[in-house]
Amino acid sequence: MMPKSYNYNPYSSPSDAVKAELSEIDASIRSAAIFFVISAIGWLMLGTIFALLAAVKSHSPDFAGAYEFLTFGRVRSAHLNSMALGWASNIIFAVGLWIMARLCRAPIQHKGILLIAGIFWNIGLTVGVFGILGGDMTSVEWLEIPRYATPLLAFSYTLIGVWGVIAFRFRKGDHVYVSQWYILAALFWFPWLYVVAQVMIIWFPVRGVVQSVTNWWFAHNVLGLWFTPMALATAYYLIPKVLGRPIYSYYLSVLGFWSLAIFYNWAGIHHLIGGPIPVWLISAGIVASVMMVIPVIVVGINHHMSILGMHKQVWRSPTLRFVVFGAISYTLVSLIGSSMALRTVNEITHFTHFTVGHAHHGVYAFFTMIMFGGVYYMMPRLLKCEWPSAGLIKIHFWGCAIGITIMVVALQVGGWIQGMEMKNAEIPFLEIVQNTIPWLKARSVSGIFLTAGHCAFALNLFWMLFAAGALRAKEGPTLLVNKEKVNSIV
Amino acid sequence: MKNLPLLFCGIFFALAFSFVGLILTSHIQLGSLTQTTETLVPSDDDPTKMVVVEGDPLYPSQSVGLAQQGKLEYISLGCMYCHSQQIRRADFGADIDRGWGPRQSVARDYIMQDRVLLGTMRTGPDLTHLGGRYAGDAGRDWNHLHLYNPQIVSKGSTMPPFAFLYETRKIENNVSKDALVFPPGSEYGPEEGYEVIPTRRAVALVEYLLSLKINYSLPEAVIPE
Repeated sequence: MMPKSYNYNPYSSPSDAVKAELSEIDASIRSAAIFFVISAIGWLMLGTIFALLAAVKSHSPDFAGAYEFLTFGRVRSAHLNSMALGWASNIIFAVGLWIMARLCRAPIQHKGILLIAGIFWNIGLTVGVFGILGGDMTSVEWLEIPRYATPLLAFSYTLIGVWGVIAFRFRKGDHVYVSQWYILAALFWFPWLYVVAQVMIIWFPVRGVVQSVTNWWFAHNVLGLWFTPMALATAYYLIPKVLGRPIYSYYLSVLGFWSLAIFYNWAGIHHLIGGPIPVWLISAGIVASVMMVIPVIVVGINHHMSILGMHKQVWRSPTLRFVVFGAISYTLVSLIGSSMALRTVNEITHFTHFTVGHAHHGVYAFFTMIMFGGVYYMMPRLLKCEWPSAGLIKIHFWGCAIGITIMVVALQVGGWIQGMEMKNAEIPFLEIVQNTIPWLKARSVSGIFLTAGHCAFALNLFWMLFAAGALRAKEGPTLLVNKEKVNSIV
Repeated sequence: MKNLPLLFCGIFFALAFSFVGLILTSHIQLGSLTQTTETLVPSDDDPTKMVVVEGDPLYPSQSVGLAQQGKLEYISLGCMYCHSQQIRRADFGADIDRGWGPRQSVARDYIMQDRVLLGTMRTGPDLTHLGGRYAGDAGRDWNHLHLYNPQIVSKGSTMPPFAFLYETRKIENNVSKDALVFPPGSEYGPEEGYEVIPTRRAVALVEYLLSLKINYSLPEAVIPE
């Protein structure tokens, strides 16, 4: 069954007036959004190189072992920061601000300042990542960037974030959409977390393990209160947009949002289970982690019911294929995460590659895949031209989908075995290390798939950017099945 | 949703709640922990109050000099991404059974550190008590060889070599007393007529590693007999 409003043409909107308005909004953010997308892809490629180096080094320690700046501890930290602040945050600035502007129906004012703030963000990050490789890193997880670069990051972030809030302030219409709640909240939460963590750990260190508590309150919330809301906002915006029908339940959206807001930010302490901190703190973290089942199930039901019966359209649309992969991963990774917080499970998974697999499951299979979907939807509207190659989109999707699946399975199976063996003091430690090697090699293989996917993505995007004129003549959007088949379905 | 004040308050209080609950409250509970003696005695003025034993050494002690510089190397090289520094209690994991430490770590163990490196990964073993496990000159030599290339003393390890912290130079007159002593026939040793000398950074790093030890009890965490 096909709702009447369903249409493959991206420029289709009910009225010409709305079309003109959206077009004006798109034009106002075009330069900044394209800058953020290009930066994000640059960091994604650089982060991929760091990731491959770190992955190979983890099973072949002599690989490039003579270079101090490429030693494992530094290159994995360069990878993390390139991906978290370079790829993820830049793509959030692009897609998140664009969705915000569109839903507020307010063109972005003074876009030059936004662009300059974006340039400073990327300069700060470049200085920071080179600082890590050069030996100035802090060894505080998720806050490795040396302190000479962080004030610039905080300052430029504030400028960028304020632009989202300004768009919200000048919105038209009464209704505030689900996506807007998430984006507004995340824009407000992230700087609070970042500044508090910087001040309490780096600039004026608090005493003892309060640092560690602050560290994991921050680090887990980068995922929980920055990446997750932005990815959910993107999914909430794109699913109805592409399928042409509203989100299943408004009330489930409300419940999902508030339960996430209340529970997620207490959950980070589960990274310190068994550690030298008061037990009540750990128990609070475990309770919050388990309570996360509520927002996850609620959002899962809401998304699932919204696409019910339209699986063919989902599969055909590049945007939704990625978004739905991400949405399904969100349910899976969150339920695994909640169970990892249980003391009996954590006793095994803590300190192992299981956690590394879990982190990639969240940040990649969920967040990154949804953001890829967002880029596939946004760029044709900003550039007024279509994606040049459906083949490259397919390589991108399958490279990433297969790659991340291999990685998560390898690290979680290998990590579980590692955890079971570590719990048994009879097994010598070196033997456990050796037993992880095949799984770590599987991770390196997964890296090849992911790299192929990223290269296809970058190629398609730069092709689109530099040959936009030539692509304008193309008829209709780029879909992942051939035209005849689409016509027969429509 | 149309009730914007509620939305803003909710967004604000959601994070404020966890900030107060987790960060400020743990700071109130732990921020005033001080050094103490291994056991406590009832106070003369108020017998219900336990106080430190006059004249006994205070723990945890402040690490000094070279070890402090070594900690900066440990931080700069990112050692904590594979090595934790926390011992879990006896019936939770096998930390104590593996001999990684004589007792569980508690919050007070970390109060003298300006950067706490608990770590969340054990690609390599826990290092809380490394200095207790590898003590003295033998421990020092072992750690230098292990840092130079872990394969020398721990064949099959996945730890990267830190040979860039060492200098290979031509032997002039006599072999330097600081030179690494490789096992006979080791394939990792320098060529004939050359020797491997630790740089200042390597010396500091090994001193830091040797300084890591839990060789004291605390009133709340006693080393079992």
